[in-house]
Amino acid sequence: MSTLRLIAVGVLMHVKMSTRGNFEIATAMIVPIVQATMAVYLLRAADSPHRMIEAAVGAGMMGVWSTVLFGSGGAIQRLRWMGTLEMLIIAPRNPAVTVLPITIATGLTGTYTMIATLGWGWAIYGIRPEFAHPWLFALALPACILGLGMFGLLMASTFVVMRNANALCNTLEYPIWLLSGMLVPITVLPGWTGPLADILPTTWGARGVHEAVSGGAVLPAVAWCLGISLVCFVLGAVSMSFVERRARAAATLALS
Amino acid sequence: MTDYAIEADGLRRTYRSRTGWLRPQIKEVDAVRGVTFTVGKGELFGLLGPNGAGKTTTIKMLNTLLIPTAGRARIFGHDVVAETREVRRRIGYVFGGDRGLYDRLSGLDNLRYFAELYGLPPREQKARIGELLELVGLTGRENERVEGYSRGMRQRLHIARGLLHRPQVLFLDEPSIGVDPVAARDLRQTVADLAATGTTVLLTTHYMAEADELCDRIAVIAGGELRALGTPAELKHFADGRRVVEVEAYGVGDDVVARIDAIPGVRGVTLETVGAAQLLTVQSESDVDVQGEVLAVLDGVRLGRVSSRQPTLEDAYVAIVSGKPQDADPQREKVAA
Repeated sequence: MSTLRLIAVGVLMHVKMSTRGNFEIATAMIVPIVQATMAVYLLRAADSPHRMIEAAVGAGMMGVWSTVLFGSGGAIQRLRWMGTLEMLIIAPRNPAVTVLPITIATGLTGTYTMIATLGWGWAIYGIRPEFAHPWLFALALPACILGLGMFGLLMASTFVVMRNANALCNTLEYPIWLLSGMLVPITVLPGWTGPLADILPTTWGARGVHEAVSGGAVLPAVAWCLGISLVCFVLGAVSMSFVERRARAAATLALS
Repeated sequence: MTDYAIEADGLRRTYRSRTGWLRPQIKEVDAVRGVTFTVGKGELFGLLGPNGAGKTTTIKMLNTLLIPTAGRARIFGHDVVAETREVRRRIGYVFGGDRGLYDRLSGLDNLRYFAELYGLPPREQKARIGELLELVGLTGRENERVEGYSRGMRQRLHIARGLLHRPQVLFLDEPSIGVDPVAARDLRQTVADLAATGTTVLLTTHYMAEADELCDRIAVIAGGELRALGTPAELKHFADGRRVVEVEAYGVGDDVVARIDAIPGVRGVTLETVGAAQLLTVQSESDVDVQGEVLAVLDGVRLGRVSSRQPTLEDAYVAIVSGKPQDADPQREKVAA
C-alpha cells in the first residue's frame, strides 16, 4: 500500500514538474501539429486519403514515444542537474519504485500528445476521429502507453548510469518508430527486423491501437503488449538495482 | 551493539575519468586517501577542510551515495556497502547551495513527496510537515514554488526535508555556504538544537568559526588525508610556538608568495582577497622575526596596514592544512592498455 501511494504521489509530482516548464509547454503545443501534418502529407503523397485516421493515430503514437523517451531521459538528466537524483537514490526504497513514477508520468503526458495530434488533425485537416472499435481503442491506448512506460523504465536504468543520456535518446527515437510499425507497416521492412519488432512492447501496443482504429483483433495484441511490458518491468527493476550500485561505484549520480 | 554512530576505517576513494578514443587517457584522482575516525552517538562532529579536501567525498561514502574504493564504513553498526537500506533508513542528508530540491514544485509538495519516499505514515505526514515548517520558519510560504525561494529559504527547506523521518544521523554538507550571516546564525542554532535532542550530526564546513562554535570534536582534512582530530581547544595548540604577520597589499603575485614561503623560519603563507585589497598572512616560528624580510620581498608592491599578532584558532587551522601531505601527488595520468 505504501509503495502504491509512493508511486501515485511520485506520478503526480513528476506530472506537475513536466507541465510547468515553458519549453515543455511549447513543445507539447507544436509537436502534435508537426506530427499530424507529416502524417497527412505522407499519405496524401501515397494517394491513400481513406487511411488518414490511421495515419493520425500512428503520428500520435510517434509523439507518445518521443515524449516517453525524451521525457524519461530528460527527466533523469534534469534530476541530475537539480541534484535530486542523489536524493531519490538515497531514500530507503527500491530504486525501481523511485524511478517508475517518472516513466509513468511521461506516459501520461504522452497521452496528451496523442489526443492533441488527433485534435489538430481534425481541426486543421478535417480528419474525423472515427474508430472501428472506440471502446477497444480506449483500452488499447492505455495498454500501449503502459508498454511504452515499462520500456522507458528499462531504458531509465541506462539514463541513471550515463551522464550524457540525451545521446542515447537521439539514437533510439527513429529506429523504435520504424521497428514498432507506428506509422509505416512493419511488413514493408526487411525480414530480419521482424524478430526485433516482436520483442518490443511498442510493436504490440501500436498494433492494438491500429487494429482498434481499422477494425481488427485488438485483444491479442493488447495481451502481448501487457505481457512484454511485465517482462520489461521485471528486467527494469532488476537492472535498476544493478545500475544504482554501478552508478555509486562510478560516481555518476551527481554532475561532478 | 556498537558504541559508535559512525565508523570510518581506512576509507579511500579514487575517481577515474577517461578522455579520447584512439589513445584513451585515464586520469585517476585520489580524492580521499585512507581516512579513519569514529563519531559517538549524539556527538556533533565537524569535518573541516579547504575546498577540494575530500569532505564531500567522505560524506558521500558514509551516506551510501559512493562506494569506497577501499576501506569500510558503518552507521550504527551497519555496513554502508552491504546493508545500504538499513543505513539509509537511519540517515538524513542535507547539502548547501541551490540544488537538491524540485524547483517547479512548492515547498509543501517537496516535503510531501520526500515524506512518501521515506515511508512516513500518511496519518503523521501533515503534523510532521507542519512541525518542520514551523521549525525552519517557512510556515505561510509552503505553497509557493521553490524556484521563487531565496537561498536561505531553500537551505531551510533542505533541512526540513532531511529531518522528515527523524534520522538518527544527520549529514550536513556545507549547509551555510552562500547563506547570509543572520540566516547562518539561525541555521547554527537549529543544528545545535538537533544535537541537543540526541541526533548525531556530521557537519562539513570550511568555516573554522562555525566548526568551533558547534562541534564537540573536529577532524581536519586536506589533500584527502586526515591531518588532525580533536576538540577545538586541542586543535588550537597546533598554532602554539608561532607568530603571525599580516600585510595589507595590492598586486601580490604567486611568485612573491613563493619567495616569502622560502624565507627561513616561515611556516606558512596565505593570500586572500579582501575587497579591493589582498591580505597576506605569514606564520613563522615564534623566536624568528621575519617581518623585515617579508617587507623586503614586497619591495615595489603597494602596501597598506602591517601588523604582528598572536595566533588564533584560524591560524591553527591554516597551520594544519598547510602541513606537507604524505604523498605529494594525488593525481595520476596514464594511457589505457
